[in-house]
Amino acid sequence: MEIRPHLLVHDHRDNVGVVVVENLAAGTEMLCVLTEDNSEFRATIRQDVPIGHKVALRDLAVGDTVIKYGQDIGRVVVPIRKGDHVHTHNLKTKRW
Amino acid sequence: MKLSERTVWGYRRENGRVGVRNYVAILPLDDISNAACEAVAAHIQGTIALSHAYGRLQFGEDLELHFRTMIGTGANPNVAACVVIGIEPSWTQKVVDGIAATGKPVAGFSIEGNGDIATVAAASRQAKQFVHHATEQIRVECPLTEVWVAAKCGESDTTTGLASCPTVGNMYDKLVPLGLYGCFGETSELTGAEHLAAARAVSPEIAEKFMRTWSAYQREVIEAHKTSDLSDSQPTKGNIAGGLTTIEEKALGNLEKIGKQVKFVDVLQPAEAPARGPGLYFMDTSSAAAECCTLQAAAGYVVHCFPTGQGNVIGNPIMPVIKISGNPRTVRLMSEHIDVDVSGIVKRELTIPQAGDLMIESIVRTANGRFTAAEALGHREFVMTKLYRSA
Repeated sequence: MEIRPHLLVHDHRDNVGVVVVENLAAGTEMLCVLTEDNSEFRATIRQDVPIGHKVALRDLAVGDTVIKYGQDIGRVVVPIRKGDHVHTHNLKTKRW
Repeated sequence: MKLSERTVWGYRRENGRVGVRNYVAILPLDDISNAACEAVAAHIQGTIALSHAYGRLQFGEDLELHFRTMIGTGANPNVAACVVIGIEPSWTQKVVDGIAATGKPVAGFSIEGNGDIATVAAASRQAKQFVHHATEQIRVECPLTEVWVAAKCGESDTTTGLASCPTVGNMYDKLVPLGLYGCFGETSELTGAEHLAAARAVSPEIAEKFMRTWSAYQREVIEAHKTSDLSDSQPTKGNIAGGLTTIEEKALGNLEKIGKQVKFVDVLQPAEAPARGPGLYFMDTSSAAAECCTLQAAAGYVVHCFPTGQGNVIGNPIMPVIKISGNPRTVRLMSEHIDVDVSGIVKRELTIPQAGDLMIESIVRTANGRFTAAEALGHREFVMTKLYRSA
């Protein structure tokens, strides 16, 4: 691949991806890669998000399930818009 | 050369197992024997004292685990010979007898009625003889698959599940079918992926054994003692800084290190040696790095693969711990701790099968004697697991 991706997504069912570059600034149009088949797409990030942190790939409502690796990783507790940073402020475990 | 023909230069021990290090261990049976062991190790070059906090007034399953960990540590093939020092002779002898079953040189000393100074003098004379024995051992060519390789990840972040854990998983997918013994643990950190882990058991019987073990940890450890949703502990502060939000997300990344194909053949108690032949094993362990590594070494594993995202710095006194990271920032800021840089995966410059090959090369070089980053930096964390309060 010629250009380094900004965001990686494990599974086609996922509604979040992972930032894999440092200093990613709000408003950047990201090159996103789905790792299961190396397909590419574009999405715009709405906040500055640190490397390793998640970004929503679609709008999510309170109570929705966040999917990563094609699996349930918790529930949405604050409405999320496509391109938002997803972390402890808007996503909680369903366990424990 | 075909992978099945790869060899390493290791130490063939009396019981046939392959070691990759050649320590003379000075093993305290209990906390109050640490001082004597450290005195012996300070005096006799080429020895290492394995100080720890426990061994007094333990009982039941907790005491059994203590003995299993002590005996397993001394019996590990990376140990050429072992001196055991305890406050009293009877439990000391029990550990000596357990280690002696491997056929390696071992001797016990007790402090009560002798005092530290006389005990240290006698144990030092014995340790010196053991050093002469150990330093005469010569590395011989051994099949790579006879090197037992354990894995556990730490200070995980989202790159762990993208890069460093799949790297270790790819190594297991390649080497376990050729006859390698593998091991993964971290019972609590499979929460959220327990159904996927159970599906990787070799049979319904082993899957059920796994689910019983996982459920017992939930019930007896987590549910019995929690004061919150554990969000202050699992994920850890380091995990959260690295972008992991929930235990489910952490667990799914964690499980990537057992690969895509290999099945686990049994569920081991903490520090229990595998007994169903070559294959991948699950061990019921804490997810704390030093505890897990200490238990895996006590089960007989001689090399460890440790994927890290944010940069865990752990080592082990008798088992070399290889660090793998796929986080470009960690690799840049903490380069002295990282043995295998797989950050090329998230840059799409390196595939996971290529990274798995780098992992195997690192295992070979480590087994041949190359120090890992943790060894060079002096990380020797030896942490016993304790199940409950002493009597």
